[in-house]
Amino acid sequence: MHIEIDEIAKEFGATAALQPVSLSIPSGALIALLGPSGSGKTTLLRILGGLEEPSQGRVLFDGVDATGMRVQDRRAGFVFQHYALFKHMTVFENIAYGLRARPRATRPANAEIGRRVTKLLELIQLPDIGKRYPSQLSGGQRQRVALARALAIEPRMLLLDEPFGALDAKVRKELRGGLRHIHDTTGLTTIFVTHDQEEAMELADLVVVMSMGRIEQVGKPADIRAKPQTEFVREFLAA
Amino acid sequence: MADATFSPMTDSALTLASRPRATRFRKATEEPRWFRWTLTAVVLVLLAVLVLAPLATVFVEALVKGIPAALESLGDEDALAAIRLTLTIAAVAVPLNALFGVAAAWALTKYSWRGKAFLLTLIDLPFSVSPVVAGLCIVLLFGANSAIGGWLVATGHPIVFAVPGIVLATMFITFPFVARELVPLMTEQGTSEEEAALTLGASGARMFFTVTLPNIKWALLYGVLLCNARAMGEFGAVAVVSGKIRGETATMPIMIEIFYNQYASVAAFTMAGVLTLLALVTLGLKTALEWRYADQLSASGRH
Repeated sequence: MHIEIDEIAKEFGATAALQPVSLSIPSGALIALLGPSGSGKTTLLRILGGLEEPSQGRVLFDGVDATGMRVQDRRAGFVFQHYALFKHMTVFENIAYGLRARPRATRPANAEIGRRVTKLLELIQLPDIGKRYPSQLSGGQRQRVALARALAIEPRMLLLDEPFGALDAKVRKELRGGLRHIHDTTGLTTIFVTHDQEEAMELADLVVVMSMGRIEQVGKPADIRAKPQTEFVREFLAA
Repeated sequence: MADATFSPMTDSALTLASRPRATRFRKATEEPRWFRWTLTAVVLVLLAVLVLAPLATVFVEALVKGIPAALESLGDEDALAAIRLTLTIAAVAVPLNALFGVAAAWALTKYSWRGKAFLLTLIDLPFSVSPVVAGLCIVLLFGANSAIGGWLVATGHPIVFAVPGIVLATMFITFPFVARELVPLMTEQGTSEEEAALTLGASGARMFFTVTLPNIKWALLYGVLLCNARAMGEFGAVAVVSGKIRGETATMPIMIEIFYNQYASVAAFTMAGVLTLLALVTLGLKTALEWRYADQLSASGRH
């Protein structure tokens, strides 16, 4: 799905978290929002997911204005920073949650739900953990379950908030490959937030560098490395 | 001490000299033995004098003329009415306060808005206001001499000196219990699980019943049990608003006072014993739940 961000701004009280920003995200792209904390990248992601209301501007999904669309109707697969898995439900029930939450008319039958969850568990390469609880999983496994849960609703886009932030370096490398694989298999427009430039450069087709609520530069990883357009980007990459 | 037990009495002096006391390792947070023993003894004595002795007295006094006499006093029509009334009040006030407590905790923890701190103070108010003052406020507000009260009495729905007033007073006194249990827990849990449920397409109600409620159920139960114990035992506020009409608006605590003032000491202490037993059942229930679900309780605290 093509996403168009048109002059979106966000204020929290007197502080501006996001200056008016515009960005066009081509369908099927894998995008990184890269920047230090407080740069507005998570705010932008949450606005796309419908968890935050922009103070001004519009968001267009495939050319249709979706600014006021309810979070439930957006079908945005959202992976939270600490995964926000439901502690009291098994992995199976976590992944099935979105399907069970559908209105009766579009809710799949129980057998169909079981089939889909099994398929998703295979996709994240953890076929045997359906009966376990989140507290019995490692950090990396939790992240993959969160991903499967987000994919279960057949989302139109995938939004990930610091998906590798809480993991150690080795697991982080493995899961990068996992996300790339899932993106390529599903073809979903995927946006992830990170403060780790190596992660952004290695994984994303297109990197959006942000600072102080502004977009500093948009480009392919190689182009940004070769030609940083602003002083901030130059310094951020050098760090 | 350990040194002495390991060596014969005769050369204990020698052992002590060759092994100085200071070599025994003691944890930084561990106080000397005499201190621990003294502290424990002080607490035990205080508990015995302040809690156990009065509790024992209640039952001793109730049974001083034998079990039949005690049971007979309970058969009194006014006594039975008081028990019924207390249970009714608890059955109305506790569920309502559970509902309001959840609503208040939700408003305080899931949104950020101006005046939050004020609401938190307001919730704590019943803890600091004297119950008698609370009762008086209800009398002044809804009594026959006020505009609202006059109209209520005229239409045949009096609040003061009637059951609704007792419910109101009880609810005022027990309002903080549920909210106070829930606020810290819900603050710690944050809103991300709720947000996850919404992004997965859940409606607000579905999110509440499938995500929020399971996460707070133990704290909620705790709060409800505490609230119930207090609701059944409340005296001060109820004494003011009820008018202490025997068989009509006298709750168990009020009835105890009435019996006692009439020198019906067996009846008074038997009623007190029943009230105590009700409280002990509540306490036992709470402890049983703690044991049975200890792992889940700690799991919802951490994660």
